[in-house]
Amino acid sequence: MMPLAMARSGETLELVNVRGGLGLQHRLAEMGLGPGSRFVVETSGRPGPFVIRVKGSRLILGHGMVTKVFVRSIGKTNGDPQP
Amino acid sequence: MSRPVAPTTRKTFTVALAGNPNSGKTTVFNALTGAHQHVGNYPGVTVEKKEGIARFQDTTFTVVDLPGTYSLMAYSIEEIVARNFLIDEEPDAVVHIVDASNLERNLYLAVQLMELGVPLVLAMNMSDVVRDKGVQINYHKLAELLGVPVVPTVGHKGRGIQELLATVAEVCRNPRARKQPARQVNYGYEIEPHVEQLVKVITGHEACADRARWYALKLLEGDEETAKRVQSLCPGDYEMILQRAVQLRQHIEGISGASIGTVLADGRYGFIVGACAEAVSQTAEARVSRSERIDRMMLSRWLGLPIFAVLMYAVFQLTFALGEPLMGGMEAVFEWLGGTISSLWPEGSDSLLKSLLVDGMIGGVGGVLVFLPNIMLLFLAIAFLEDTGYMARAAFLMDRLMHKIGLHGKSFIPMLIGFGCTVPAVMATRTLETRRDRLTTILVLPLMSCGARLPIYMLIIPAFFPQAWQAPMLWTIYIIGIVLAVVLAKLLRATLFKGESVPFVMELPPYRMPTLRGLLLHMWERSWLFLRKAGTIILGIAIVMWALSVWPKPGAKQVEQFEQQRDAVKARADIGPEEKVGLLGEINNAAAEAELEHSVIGRIGKGVAPVLRPLGFDWKTSTAMLGAFAAKEVFVAQLGIVYAVGEADEASETLREQLQANYTPLQGFCIMLFCLVSMPCMATVAVTKRETGSWKWALFQLGGLTLLAWALTAVVYQIGRLVI
Repeated sequence: MMPLAMARSGETLELVNVRGGLGLQHRLAEMGLGPGSRFVVETSGRPGPFVIRVKGSRLILGHGMVTKVFVRSIGKTNGDPQP
Repeated sequence: MSRPVAPTTRKTFTVALAGNPNSGKTTVFNALTGAHQHVGNYPGVTVEKKEGIARFQDTTFTVVDLPGTYSLMAYSIEEIVARNFLIDEEPDAVVHIVDASNLERNLYLAVQLMELGVPLVLAMNMSDVVRDKGVQINYHKLAELLGVPVVPTVGHKGRGIQELLATVAEVCRNPRARKQPARQVNYGYEIEPHVEQLVKVITGHEACADRARWYALKLLEGDEETAKRVQSLCPGDYEMILQRAVQLRQHIEGISGASIGTVLADGRYGFIVGACAEAVSQTAEARVSRSERIDRMMLSRWLGLPIFAVLMYAVFQLTFALGEPLMGGMEAVFEWLGGTISSLWPEGSDSLLKSLLVDGMIGGVGGVLVFLPNIMLLFLAIAFLEDTGYMARAAFLMDRLMHKIGLHGKSFIPMLIGFGCTVPAVMATRTLETRRDRLTTILVLPLMSCGARLPIYMLIIPAFFPQAWQAPMLWTIYIIGIVLAVVLAKLLRATLFKGESVPFVMELPPYRMPTLRGLLLHMWERSWLFLRKAGTIILGIAIVMWALSVWPKPGAKQVEQFEQQRDAVKARADIGPEEKVGLLGEINNAAAEAELEHSVIGRIGKGVAPVLRPLGFDWKTSTAMLGAFAAKEVFVAQLGIVYAVGEADEASETLREQLQANYTPLQGFCIMLFCLVSMPCMATVAVTKRETGSWKWALFQLGGLTLLAWALTAVVYQIGRLVI
């Protein structure tokens, strides 16, 4: 398990938990980022903002956010090479 | 409970439009209502309310555009407004505009609307994009699975709008059909029985029975707004209901090991994924979308920021280069207007009414409206960046930077608008979710040097600095503003608005080709705010400032002196008529200077001059500075009067000569610095008061920035004097 901030572009991740208030957890769950949900990192701005692909749409997760979301790596998708 | 209701014979209905931001809600609203729109505010809050009229056959619909939301969770003020409207106003139908190319996320709101029990119609917007993506949606199947009518539309092309209206009319006319509940999410065997239990408890109370399931779910989620509502609906049993809800919540969280909000959100997504699996099929191979390919460049580590810088440069170039001739045109219009009105009085008349109309009203408001072309162009450029979807990318690129000062990427957008006019910029902070972020952003916004301050720089820079220095000087002033804003924001976040930085989640919309109509509409909405301010606040202040600079009149003795001088010139035989006109003009200007010196504002100017002396200002600049409080560019006009050069604008060479003769370049720079930082204009104070809901913050901003300006300018002037 690691914070999202450490993930690389193209990685597929599973969300483990969100270390933040209930409001934040709820909000993310409403955006399709509940525990167990899977998503792909499209652009990793390590350590800055990320663009991820989840439930068919693309989300920006800001700087403060990526250190609170903890994930598990599932693997790397192909066709998504980006430095 | 459900009595059979006969189809209504009413001919007018209220229809609410709900939907996510970026779902194309506005395009559908425009397609439905055409030009019949009305913009106002929801009572008590600063959320815009758009209303329009749509007609279908013999039926008339009042269409209300609800604020764009992802959910009805009451996370933001928009969500609360949307929710309260649906519950309190009970519209006859609710059209949920769904971005069909982003179905799962969008249906989340649909599921909540179903739970709320509103008469729902789903408009599957951007159905053309879906097809191009190689995705096929079986709309009949989807309607069946959700239990609500579904109509495919393409908002910006007006496709499907008639079918949508027909379906809405059907739903409105047939109250029985709409009482039939849509399918409900089943939260599974571990949770559903508990929800049912609470529903049963609530159904026992007549007042809450209608939306029992909604109330049950919201109470389980611990929603405070709903708790208040239930309390007012059935005060007697509120305690008992709430207690039961808390018990059940603890139980559910115990067995699922997650917060209830997360559990229920998961359940809703489960339902949606199930429905989509049945109704949606991928016919072509999934490929990387066009937007993603563009973003690989736009958001890349190396190219992202340079592209951003080039775009911003283009925006400013467009605003100023293209705006210049238009600005000249506006000036000519107001000059003509002033001249025409003046000519109603005989030559040399000193009628007060004439002075009020020409100098006070046209001069004051005209001085502000001259910037309208610049500001409209800036808003057009911003509308373009927003409508294409680039603004979200800019927020991403700026997030890294903004994070450092304790704000996030979204604060960047109001700051950009601030270079045009602070008033719409303050209003644009409504997109920020927390009060901390909003207040920080609003308080530093006046440091983004607005368009109205430009004439001050345009007057002063050429007066004191050689050609080669002029452009860098202007940049320096802008940069100083930005740097100060950064430092101040950081300071505010570390002191007054301490706390964790706010999570920033934002959907990245696909790139879209904007429509001309949409661009013009967005430009107009913001420009209108600016115009309205010019027509109300600025007009009022212009009149007050005019009165302060006219009264009290100089004594009869002084007036007579000038009169004698004039007579003496007229009587002289040794000079030609042209020279006479010149001399008379000089006397008139001197008289105007004497009048201003004698007036209230001149006296205040003299009164504050000692305070401003350490900054290198004399009473003349101090007086002009006071004028700048009405609107920044008034500074130039006031300076023209105190220097007795008559009507002056930023291109006035005579005024520049006067400045060169009286001040050093250092003083010139200090004037610009003080104008940049000090006293946001009256309109900014007013809008800050309105948006923050209290005078406290408006006055804090006014006082704080002025003090900062004083201290900063004093330091620069005193050190500068030693060095130079």
